[in-house]
Amino acid sequence: MATKKKAVRSKPSGKKSNTIRLKFDTSWSYAPAPESKSAATIDKQYDLFINGTWQKPLSKKYFSTINPANEEKLAEVAEASEADVNKAVDAARTAYEDVWKKMPPKERAKYIFRIARIVQEKARELAIIETLDGGKPIRESRDFDVPTAANHFFYYAGWADKLEYAFPNRRTSPLGVAGQIIPWNFPLLMAAWKIAPALATGNTVVLKPAETTPLTALKLAEIIQEADLPPGVVNILTGAGATGAAIVNHPGINKIAFTGSTEVGKIIQRAIAGTNKKATLELGGKAANIIFEDAPLDQAVEGVINGIFFNQGHVCCAGSRLYVQESVAKEVIRKLKDRMESLLVGDPLDKNTDIGAINSKQQLDTIRKYISIGKKEGAEMYESSCRLPGKGFYCRPTLFTNVAQSNRIAQEEIFGPVLAIITFRTDDEVIEKANNSPYGLSAGVWTDKGSKIFNMTKRLRAGVVWANTFNKFDPASPFGGYKESGFGREGGLHGLLPYVQLTS
Amino acid sequence: MPRLEVLKTYKIYIGGQFPRTESGRYYSPVNKAGKKLANVCLCSRKDFRDAVVSARSAFGGWSSRAAFNRSQILYRMAEMLEGRKAQFIDELIQQDATRAHAEKEISLAIDRLIYYAGWCDKFQQLFSAVNPVASSHFNFSVPEPTGVVSIIAPQGDALLGLVSLIAPVIAGGNTCVVLASETKPLCAVTFAEVLNSSDLPGGVVNILTGKPAELVSWFTDHMDVNATLYCENNSDVQKLIREKSASNLKRVHFYDKVNWYSAEGQSPYFIMDSQEIKTTWHPVENIAGAGGGY
Repeated sequence: MATKKKAVRSKPSGKKSNTIRLKFDTSWSYAPAPESKSAATIDKQYDLFINGTWQKPLSKKYFSTINPANEEKLAEVAEASEADVNKAVDAARTAYEDVWKKMPPKERAKYIFRIARIVQEKARELAIIETLDGGKPIRESRDFDVPTAANHFFYYAGWADKLEYAFPNRRTSPLGVAGQIIPWNFPLLMAAWKIAPALATGNTVVLKPAETTPLTALKLAEIIQEADLPPGVVNILTGAGATGAAIVNHPGINKIAFTGSTEVGKIIQRAIAGTNKKATLELGGKAANIIFEDAPLDQAVEGVINGIFFNQGHVCCAGSRLYVQESVAKEVIRKLKDRMESLLVGDPLDKNTDIGAINSKQQLDTIRKYISIGKKEGAEMYESSCRLPGKGFYCRPTLFTNVAQSNRIAQEEIFGPVLAIITFRTDDEVIEKANNSPYGLSAGVWTDKGSKIFNMTKRLRAGVVWANTFNKFDPASPFGGYKESGFGREGGLHGLLPYVQLTS
Repeated sequence: MPRLEVLKTYKIYIGGQFPRTESGRYYSPVNKAGKKLANVCLCSRKDFRDAVVSARSAFGGWSSRAAFNRSQILYRMAEMLEGRKAQFIDELIQQDATRAHAEKEISLAIDRLIYYAGWCDKFQQLFSAVNPVASSHFNFSVPEPTGVVSIIAPQGDALLGLVSLIAPVIAGGNTCVVLASETKPLCAVTFAEVLNSSDLPGGVVNILTGKPAELVSWFTDHMDVNATLYCENNSDVQKLIREKSASNLKRVHFYDKVNWYSAEGQSPYFIMDSQEIKTTWHPVENIAGAGGGY
């Protein structure tokens, strides 16, 4: 085998690249192209959305949400206490028993279609608010987050009256009240991922957005009001960890759907022990993105860049471990560094921005902690030379070479724009290394050989495998992890199962 | 002098072999008439860990076998069981079953293996999907086995329950470690002998005997176990299992409401309980010769 390879590759190293190295030291720069804040309305203060109305928190407490790009306060939102959670769960229960469960499925569908349409109509405003509140580039919130959220509602709306076709030889019934807790990386999209299938299958919802990014969920509450959804079918409570815990522990909840860290996922699994609550957990990841020597390298480099720097790397399925075959490692790393230089880091509202603000000070500290750990463990750090804005939370796109499999930056989820690069020689070696992780959410493979793709995608222990592409999402496509990345699927036909009871 | 009967030593089944428990301990379950059934291995945590090592090393081979081949092996298991019907009836009667019940239980157990033998290469088609994504990609989702499954078999239905739990797990390509009924362990050990002569690779099914009270927490705590199945309606144990399973987020299923003798005692949904859905994406080039599509 080895001799055969030698014969084929006449020039194994020092292969001359046919691509021209880009020059970045020219005086060219982009003129600012900011999206206008005035196209979005943000109230000074938001209450809790319970039973179809805005209600003052019984806690009487509010907290601020800031724009991570400039640390300016955007609004105050209510902090839901246990008593507020009780109110919301009661409203959801009443709506479930009296209205939603009994409603003909085709009518339920039309409500969800309505929500989808209004999200589309308000897409521009939602995108602006998403970017202001979370720091992601407007290009992403405009072209990805908001349209995908609308599509998700549209997709599941159509399932509502077709559930008897989804599960062969079984009938479905809803579970009841779903408590849903979502993260700050894709605030509106995660709300759509949670609410749409729950409603389509006949459940009612109490949803808590993340404390740093509550605004688009509250805008969604306005949309739900505008759609005339019966009161109590969707309740949206803002708050932090304590509010989430109150939802998880509430005896009136039948199902928990959580997206967030593996650590909190485990706490939830323990908390619901001894109850009949069902759970879907979509947790952390440390995806391996694998480049073979026969891959189309320029496309692979684009895929790796998108895989790790999309949404500042705040992506549970981010391709944060790059495995590159030794023979092309040098070339790939050079191309990656070149491409990193061309990434525009800065004002998230600017339409040219590739990498926006880190979501919070706390997250920036975590990322910095991991960068210093990486250096201490002996890996070699490289970061792009871009200038960062003076205010706000920013991090340069960063990569580490000479990373060992056991290094913490190769084992633990950083949730930031930090790539760990490891080399390999053989298929078996890279499979072994890629699967050597407690996580199993996603993986990527780059090669031009079809049979190799299927060999790899089959052996990678991950719920989503991208071959010659990365970080692609669609409402029709199931998403979710193996191992400690959680269980249950969101999206597609398989995303219905977590919200139904099957009977024969 | 009449011939002295040769008594059988009931040992455990790990990695395709029949060792004794490493603990050197045993217990002697008795039937209702007070007759001692046998000296049975009282397995320890170490036995369980050994069994998990066997199950994990068998997983790669078993899960990558052709589904058709797994189907043939499950069918072979049924053939072997049919051939040893009499022995199982005898043991079931020793374990307090009436003859009529014992005959029914062994027949159903054989038929259940045949049922799942048939599913091995079909359930994937039923639960897979080609997903019509909006972008230019080919996208499909298929079930894959979750890995090593720990099973605490029901205390009653010592044969049918055991077979009904093991069959869907291995039909789907998983490997397992099973704790047999504490009070009725005989046919579980004899079933291991059936497995051993059925072309089933060693380590795919490992069967231990002992006390659930001692072993349940290890069955659901172990970091290299991916899922746990439990059948008793004991809420304290159910709570313990859920709590311990959080260590590595095992998939947990409780079958305390299932009647293994009824039609609900078998279905492809039991196979799906130890499956993961994997979704694969690949670009589709949509303009000939444009070289795009990545």
